[in-house]
Amino acid sequence: MKSHTLDRLATLAATKQAHARVVRISDGRETLVRPDRVEGDLDAPSDVIQAARAALRTDASGMVASGNDRYFIHVHNPPRRMIVVGAVHISQPLATMAALAGFDVTVIDPRGAFATAERFPGVALLDDWPDEAMAKLGPDSRTAVVTLTHDPKIDDPALIAALRSTAFYIGALGSRKTHGGRLERLAAAGFDARALARINGPIGLNLGGRAPAEIACAILAQAIQTLHLGGAK
Amino acid sequence: MANASTVGTIGPAETDEILAQAVAWRRAGKAVALATVVSTWGSSPRAVGSQLAVNSDGAFLGSVSGGCIEGAVVTEALDAIADGKPRLLDFGVTDAAAWEVGLACGGKVEVFVERIEG
Repeated sequence: MKSHTLDRLATLAATKQAHARVVRISDGRETLVRPDRVEGDLDAPSDVIQAARAALRTDASGMVASGNDRYFIHVHNPPRRMIVVGAVHISQPLATMAALAGFDVTVIDPRGAFATAERFPGVALLDDWPDEAMAKLGPDSRTAVVTLTHDPKIDDPALIAALRSTAFYIGALGSRKTHGGRLERLAAAGFDARALARINGPIGLNLGGRAPAEIACAILAQAIQTLHLGGAK
Repeated sequence: MANASTVGTIGPAETDEILAQAVAWRRAGKAVALATVVSTWGSSPRAVGSQLAVNSDGAFLGSVSGGCIEGAVVTEALDAIADGKPRLLDFGVTDAAAWEVGLACGGKVEVFVERIEG
């Protein structure tokens, strides 16, 4: 690896820009494939560049062969995100645990008294209303959205934005009864059964725990399971 | 977000940390090699993309296994620092060397080792 490539990789990683490094195994020559351009000293075959772009989309590093050469494609995507709606007691351990598992966490709560730096040290906080906050954050297929307030005024707009996005995981805190009412409101807002089935409610894997940290663990576990196994129950 | 170590996963935080260490070693005037898991079979402990940075003093950061092959990889990395040639290492139970530095889990891994140039 060229030292300027190393510097470049460190910079791209620090600024959270997606890129894949393609290296030819035989001689170590390399190229950086980014969503919009290619840079580097290796004139990689177009099928390898295409494979690198596909790998960026699927988040999957790996070896590919082209002609007589083998290439390693190393995907460096920005961290997956978790948007937590509601700066409530469960959100505190969830923000910490999700960060440990590699998520960039943002907590949204328009109620100023909740989303404070004292309660959430080191966590990105937004006090916008969820529809505005979600529009700013733009959840995508690398994003999990979790609503925890129980308050339809706050949770529903966030869920509507999540359902309109490609978020890989959507979870909503609340009992079966609460969730039933929520599904009726969202159905009235125009979402069909298939869309509503994307919402995990009651939220989290059934671990049997009731403490905030245990519920946070159940939520994070379900998000991770959905990420890797596509939501096997 | 928390600046957490992510033992047992390959997260962006871990990759960032290893690259940053490699950059810091270079700035301190040390030669550096990077070892990367490029393929795995079976129950290998670290995911593809996991990295280990090694400097010319033999100090290293990161991991490419659960600790079974790091010693051998560091040795190869020091050789790569010396001769500048990238190498692809193969570790697994079918390998003769496996009995000495194999993977207890029964998995197989390929590790690409390269020197940071220039």
